[in-house]
Amino acid sequence: MIRALTLILLCQLAGEAVARALGLPVPGPVLGMALLWALMSGSASLAEIVRPVGEGILRHLSLLFVPAGVGVIGHLDRLGSQALALGLAIVVSTALAIAAGALAFTLVARLTGSRDA
Amino acid sequence: MHDFAEIWSYLAQGPLLWLTLTLVAYVIADLIAEQAGRKPIANPVLIAVVLLGLMLWATGTPYAVYFEGAQFVHFLLGPATVALAVPMHAQGARLKRAILPVLAGVSVGSVVAVTSALAIAKAMGVDMETLASLAPKSTTAPVAIGIAQTLGGSPTLTAVLVILTGITGALIATPLLNALRLKDWRARGLAVGTAAHGIGTARAFQVHPTAGAFAGIGMGLNAILTALIAPAVLRLFL
Repeated sequence: MIRALTLILLCQLAGEAVARALGLPVPGPVLGMALLWALMSGSASLAEIVRPVGEGILRHLSLLFVPAGVGVIGHLDRLGSQALALGLAIVVSTALAIAAGALAFTLVARLTGSRDA
Repeated sequence: MHDFAEIWSYLAQGPLLWLTLTLVAYVIADLIAEQAGRKPIANPVLIAVVLLGLMLWATGTPYAVYFEGAQFVHFLLGPATVALAVPMHAQGARLKRAILPVLAGVSVGSVVAVTSALAIAKAMGVDMETLASLAPKSTTAPVAIGIAQTLGGSPTLTAVLVILTGITGALIATPLLNALRLKDWRARGLAVGTAAHGIGTARAFQVHPTAGAFAGIGMGLNAILTALIAPAVLRLFL
């Protein structure tokens, strides 16, 4: 488990360093994810070491958003007089984006014959 | 024998108390969500946040004190993002077969998320700084804050809007996609990750592993894409 955690943190650290050094708009952890993916694709034994720990962290991904969520409560007044407009913008645009994204995927999947096996 | 207030103030000094209570609130929230058959309305993030908010309010605890304990949980967001490589690696072959639909889904979802939010807010008279804070609300929090700052928005307001968007996406995705009769777990997951970042991805993992993996991909690609398109889209609403 310690080996897997070390590898995950090393990937994140490398990602943060590269993102900062090159001034990329991509966050460090996303680059770290790409790096870990490349490493796992390169070595099956390494993939087996990381897999159980990675799955363990992701099983309760929801938990990790709780501290930030609690912080939001104290700042709800920041929405102020624009709360209604912002609430409506968020609900409608999120619904539209989910529907449009899923429909676009489905349409292109049909056109290119990409079936789920 | 110490009285309760004395013990409380001793415990409240260290990170143990609020770290533990964060986990307790989440375990309770997860049990409630399980009892409710994982219905979207019983969202564990939302329930745990409300429970902790009430606890902070009742004990008069400032958020900074709470965060000293909760930061250990918060820190894991980074490693968890890296760990998304695990389901993506497991789904590698399916992902390769679906590369064009993935790119189409993320591009359309990303543009619609930014443009429609700005159009609605602008029509309702929202000011410029707030529009800049709203533009990146579908991307994962650290990226959204970076984008908002470049556009002249407020980091705090952006964080609030990002979390509200995530919870909204997690609540509405299942009924919305059912109403559209879309059954492809890849399409469903990708769209939720694109529109509602990590909180949507967490919901997708609860529903189906394929949806979770594709949601992670949607979240990652959308972070990059929004950073590229948000400045141009915002300019349309100047």
